Amino acid sequence: MARKAKPKLAVWKFASCDGCQLSLLDCEDELLAVAGEVDIANFAEASRAVIKGPYDVSLVEGSITTPHDAERIHHIRRASKFLVTIGACATAGGIQALRNFANVEKFTSIVYATPAYIQTLSKSTPISEHIRVDFELRGCPINKQQLVEVLGAFLNHRKPVTPEHSVCVECKSRGNVCVMVAHGTPCLGPVTHAGCGALCPSYDRGCYGCFGPMESPNTKSLSEGWVHLGVKEADLVRAFRGFNAYSEPFRRESEAHEK
Amino acid sequence: MKSRTIKVDYLARVEGEGGLYVKMKGDKLLDVKLKIFEPPRFFEAFLRGRNYSEAPDITARICGICPVAYQMSSVHAMEDAFGVKVEGPLRDLRRLIYCGEWIESHALHVYMLHAPDFLGYQDAIQMARDHADAVQRGLKLKKTGNDLVTLVGGREIHPINVRVGGFYKVPTRSELDALTDRLKWAREAAIETVRWVATLPFPEFEQDYVFVALRHPDEYPFNEGHLVSNRGLDILIRNYEDHFAEEHVEHSNALHSVLKPDTNYFVGPLARYNLNFDRLSPVAQEAARAAGIGPVCRNPFQSIIVRSVEIVQACDEALRIIERYQPPEKPAVEIQPRAGTGHGCSEAPRGILYHRYRLDAAGVILDAKIVPPTSQNQKTIERDLREFIPKFSHTPQAELQWKCEQAIRNYDPCISCSVHFLKLDLERE
Repeated sequence: MARKAKPKLAVWKFASCDGCQLSLLDCEDELLAVAGEVDIANFAEASRAVIKGPYDVSLVEGSITTPHDAERIHHIRRASKFLVTIGACATAGGIQALRNFANVEKFTSIVYATPAYIQTLSKSTPISEHIRVDFELRGCPINKQQLVEVLGAFLNHRKPVTPEHSVCVECKSRGNVCVMVAHGTPCLGPVTHAGCGALCPSYDRGCYGCFGPMESPNTKSLSEGWVHLGVKEADLVRAFRGFNAYSEPFRRESEAHEK
Repeated sequence: MKSRTIKVDYLARVEGEGGLYVKMKGDKLLDVKLKIFEPPRFFEAFLRGRNYSEAPDITARICGICPVAYQMSSVHAMEDAFGVKVEGPLRDLRRLIYCGEWIESHALHVYMLHAPDFLGYQDAIQMARDHADAVQRGLKLKKTGNDLVTLVGGREIHPINVRVGGFYKVPTRSELDALTDRLKWAREAAIETVRWVATLPFPEFEQDYVFVALRHPDEYPFNEGHLVSNRGLDILIRNYEDHFAEEHVEHSNALHSVLKPDTNYFVGPLARYNLNFDRLSPVAQEAARAAGIGPVCRNPFQSIIVRSVEIVQACDEALRIIERYQPPEKPAVEIQPRAGTGHGCSEAPRGILYHRYRLDAAGVILDAKIVPPTSQNQKTIERDLREFIPKFSHTPQAELQWKCEQAIRNYDPCISCSVHFLKLDLERE
């Protein structure tokens, strides 16, 4: 019986901490099963072996921060049928996008001993600013069950199920007491995309927004709520300027409080 | 004479983006460069102006493989600046989450990144076809480490529960007890790991290294101790910058560290082991002796054995901590920011990780300095290659290239960590 060729999976890295691609290796129970379903064709963190493209599915981690990477992502797009960006760096520019709010020339002159050795762009940008992306998986880091869901959906030709509501919904379904209402702890949960399972409130701390903005968040109203709790403008700027600082809603909200 | 070039454009089975360039003429080595092209992310620059309380979560993002190390070095540095000491069960919980990180990070490296080199496989998945039991054991060990980090920290990558002064919420006794049986299994599996890796083929390659690690009066080091070397260095963490310096070289986006004035040195499991063998628990010492390595091991290829011994140590230590755990009354000690400078250094899985922060009276960061383990090992890695390549120059090109990669992987390099540290003006106080 002729064996059907397995889909080819590739994993690519740009500016990042490696944590989101590590999530794949952290699927200890599923890893060998996944490896049975696909050919791991390019995954430098895990293997020396490299199989040539085109690739059926590419997972892209990290943001674009160098001229070379701004080129490289186009080659990857051309070689990939289905391209998924994983994590806050790839979907929003990551924590390194804090450079986007700095005066770049001043910043560069402060930072480098020998600037000529370094090539870097003035902004850290998400992959979707450069190429068409088929699916974005949020989180800093991504949730590994959601990664398995996305790969499973792709293999079975269906749409991945990754809810777009806020962390609040997850908090309610876990039966948590609201940390903002009950303890007066500032929380980004009401404007943050679900996916973590309301982790921070479950540990008695406020959400710090690592999954980025939910669909149409009301950040202005949340900021007003924070001000009632006694939060200062400078702290509001810092709160929205985290791991998803360059996502449109969080960027606008942080700029609104910057004076 | 014929000249030869070995080029590895993109090193595999390491964390981050790096390459290798070697040039030879006949048997003579002309040039070796460990190239690091991981793009800089400027953590030390954007930490300026952030609140002290944000440092653990922000610096964790330097590395997805060892976020706990960044959280630990940063909280200790802040507490040093504010004159706070975290003791008792909170101190134990910090050691416990660090045990989890060592287990997951070491198991990842031993089974998935390094063992395939010794046995001639491209990766652990291919290795699993012939060594299924070993790979399954490795994955299960790694999972136990991850579950320990998750229990204390909330999740395995970028835990959310660590804060300056302690934690947001502490586990109950019964939550920790639930892991006891699995940790007992893990301790046995780690001993089996030591036995297994001891049977791998090791090239003869004993080197005379300057080892640097933390040393604590009565524990195998995690968060505290003096910085010591096998050449008589014995200093307080706060004096790190009096003795170590960083250089910016053209072929690397990571700074190279030296022990002043110009000595390269070795950090990580092999350094810790050689400087702290007497602090290992009896079961870990016994596992090492049974594997045929004594209190001194100077072959970097055998770091895979030492890393496995440290998994035994981490499992054993975790079990001891869980056994005596009594939840503290409060999850964190109170913090009162004040102006000053704080220093912290902890033993990341890959070696010492130094943080220094200068803060204003409100606890806002004025400047930051972070020195990760891999940038400290870069010069030693290049020196190993310079010694190693001429000894094996008769081997065919493809095999020599693979051997060079293996020699780099001896250090479990984390290139993502090693970059972002290009801020030389940070010396200003």
